[in-house]
Amino acid sequence: MKQRIGVYICHCGGNISDYVDVEELGKMLAEETGVVISKDVMFACADSNQKQMVSDIEEHKLDAIVVASCSPKLHLHTFRGVAERAKLNPSNYVQVNIREQCSWPHSDNKKEASIKAVGLIRAGIKRVSHSESLENIEIPVVKAALVIGAGVAGMRAAIDLARMGNQVYLIEKEAQTGGRVAQAGSLFMSGQSGSELTGRLQEEIRRHSGITVFTRATVEKVSGSLGNFHVGVSIGTGDNDEKLSLNVGSVLVATGMDSYQPKENEYAYGSSKRIVTLPDFDRMVKEQGELVVDGKKVRQVGFIYCVGNRQKKGENKYCSRFCCSAAIHTSLKIKEKYGDVTAWHLFRDIRTYGKQEILYEKSSKQGDIYIRWDEKEPPLVEAAGDQVLVKVKDYLTSKEEIEIPLDLVVLVTGAVAREDSRSIADVFKIPIGSDRFFNEIHPKLKPVETVIKGVYIGGSCQGPRNITESVESSLSAAAKMNALLGGGTISLDPVVARVNSEACTWCGKCAEVCDYDAIRQIEFQGKQVAVVNNATCAGCGICAPVCPPDAIELAQFTNLEIESMIDGFMEKVEMREKQQESTTENEEAPAVTMKEYPQLWKEIEEALASGPMNIPDLSKQINKSSDLVTWHLMTMNKYGIVVPDGMDESDTYFNYKMKN
Amino acid sequence: MSTTNSFQPKILVFSTDKISDPGIDQAGLRKIHYSPSVYVISMPCSSGIKPRWIMHAYRQGFDGVFIAADGHECSYSASCPDRTNDLINHAQSMMKEQGINPKRIRMAAICSVCAEPFASHMDNFSRILSEIGSIQAELNNKAS
Repeated sequence: MKQRIGVYICHCGGNISDYVDVEELGKMLAEETGVVISKDVMFACADSNQKQMVSDIEEHKLDAIVVASCSPKLHLHTFRGVAERAKLNPSNYVQVNIREQCSWPHSDNKKEASIKAVGLIRAGIKRVSHSESLENIEIPVVKAALVIGAGVAGMRAAIDLARMGNQVYLIEKEAQTGGRVAQAGSLFMSGQSGSELTGRLQEEIRRHSGITVFTRATVEKVSGSLGNFHVGVSIGTGDNDEKLSLNVGSVLVATGMDSYQPKENEYAYGSSKRIVTLPDFDRMVKEQGELVVDGKKVRQVGFIYCVGNRQKKGENKYCSRFCCSAAIHTSLKIKEKYGDVTAWHLFRDIRTYGKQEILYEKSSKQGDIYIRWDEKEPPLVEAAGDQVLVKVKDYLTSKEEIEIPLDLVVLVTGAVAREDSRSIADVFKIPIGSDRFFNEIHPKLKPVETVIKGVYIGGSCQGPRNITESVESSLSAAAKMNALLGGGTISLDPVVARVNSEACTWCGKCAEVCDYDAIRQIEFQGKQVAVVNNATCAGCGICAPVCPPDAIELAQFTNLEIESMIDGFMEKVEMREKQQESTTENEEAPAVTMKEYPQLWKEIEEALASGPMNIPDLSKQINKSSDLVTWHLMTMNKYGIVVPDGMDESDTYFNYKMKN
Repeated sequence: MSTTNSFQPKILVFSTDKISDPGIDQAGLRKIHYSPSVYVISMPCSSGIKPRWIMHAYRQGFDGVFIAADGHECSYSASCPDRTNDLINHAQSMMKEQGINPKRIRMAAICSVCAEPFASHMDNFSRILSEIGSIQAELNNKAS
């Protein structure tokens, strides 16, 4: 238990002290058990105060500190840094939020705000008194990466990982690298073909000695964890498969997607050679000098959008996003290559986002016909001899039914998760979403991380993506992986779960709820108990409430720490009589400190009368500490007495001048 | 505040540091007022709250416990809403044994910009707790 605690309560330029009686709090809390010093400070985050804290910690041999100021979002790391500089373990520091969660929301009730602040800070003191000195968890890492899938996303990531000095193993299920993009025709916007694009990457991979490529290779099993995975790979197609084990520190899964395959008779698919999917059509355009199907020249082409995507009733609720642009791009290509072709676009909505809007504009200008249908009444397709008849209700006019005789119908199919994604997910324990794509930890904040530490996802295995977006995500994963692999060891946050082996009776409930596979069963003194793998524990604490004998807890969130906080909130607060009076008085005064310091304000005013000045010069001139000057100047600024006047000559500090 | 008598219910909020905390902070930043008897403990994930802490809060005099969860936005586990629900059910069964009104616990998803929703949850919950009365009275009744 900590016995020498330092408490710092911040005025925050009036943001706190205008509503909370911080000076009185400083005095009151000095009497709390274990508190050695308790101060109210003008700006806790100011450089000068940080230095003062370091010297306080050293001089008073403090073993824990509490700073009551703003939200930990802003300054948790600032004060952890202070602790570290004073050789105090940063886990022995607690930040109490008395601004965003006290002075500001309760600015309408100063007395209650002060009472609440006492409770909050007491809780912080109690919590820190039970704090333990935790050390970061250091884990050695193998400086090698495995990239699964040699499509455009995987190849591009492999190259960057190798350039950053990592050994890279790139494995591909097919006989050749390049993936889906290698089969694509000319691409927007460069006009180069898919194979040209992947060819460049293949060439670079060949030249780089740090990348080893295995084709016809699949992952069979995985053991180990972050920094040291052993991945069993099978190479070959028949009975003579070669098995090898790769030892890597991190893994990128970039296995890509599949194109939706229409079901038998979906838009009459399969009933005629004249009904094809967009990827098939793209290949035809790439390969054929003349656009001919079954000996007949194609003059009328119809594109039916959203096939297999945006299904209200089906499984694929999502929009694949790239297919609108791909269809329009293909329709531009056929006009350019074959001339006299009319393109009919039967769409639900057009989503040519970003620069791809150029394609839509060009297509509209060149006379492509756009007809909007509704998912309640999709187009009816029927093969009729050497034609395909399409009936569609035009929702942009009066829902009139139009019958269009076409030479070719192209089903604009979107993306679906690969059929084998489940097997990869099982091997690595990556969660799969209801759309069957791999799930990241958080779509916005952790978009390439998976719940398995050290295993990342990139490209379209995560959801429908175009080439640009796929490469962006795989490179982002590569950067994350390099950050892990670069240093030889990884330093992990010490906030992990831990088991009290004496109390544990192994029921397996903790392991059951852990999404990170971080809990295993081991033998301990002749009985079965749970043990946590620090390298894979995410520190969520989900395991703690489900333990029947309460034998597992999260560091920094122990029963002692949380329950003592609750006690701290609820201890009776008696604001001193004298202070209560002054609080009442203050309710009418615009600023707490205004009446106390007219002399200093006068001095500042006099100094600024000779012209604008920065804070260091001002503090020299009036011979007061820069802290004090900052505090008052900021208050004067807040009440519109002084205003900033641009940067000083050295471009380091703001100058201030009198407002009038 | 809509409380009509002098009784101001004390509410303990368990929030999450990545998502609901910023929402609660934003209420302060925008000076949206709520009861000053609301105290917040920040956790990594709402699924890590132990029912015994909730019971401890009632014993120490908190009139209500509010769980500001991440819901489906939780960055740790897709099953977080279910798990949080489980622990609330567990807490409610313990409350039942102690004769504590099950309405004294509430949960809502509070997102990182949910400043107004948070304040209005606090107002509502304060009103409900005012109607139920203080926990002290409830525990005393049970004892007598």
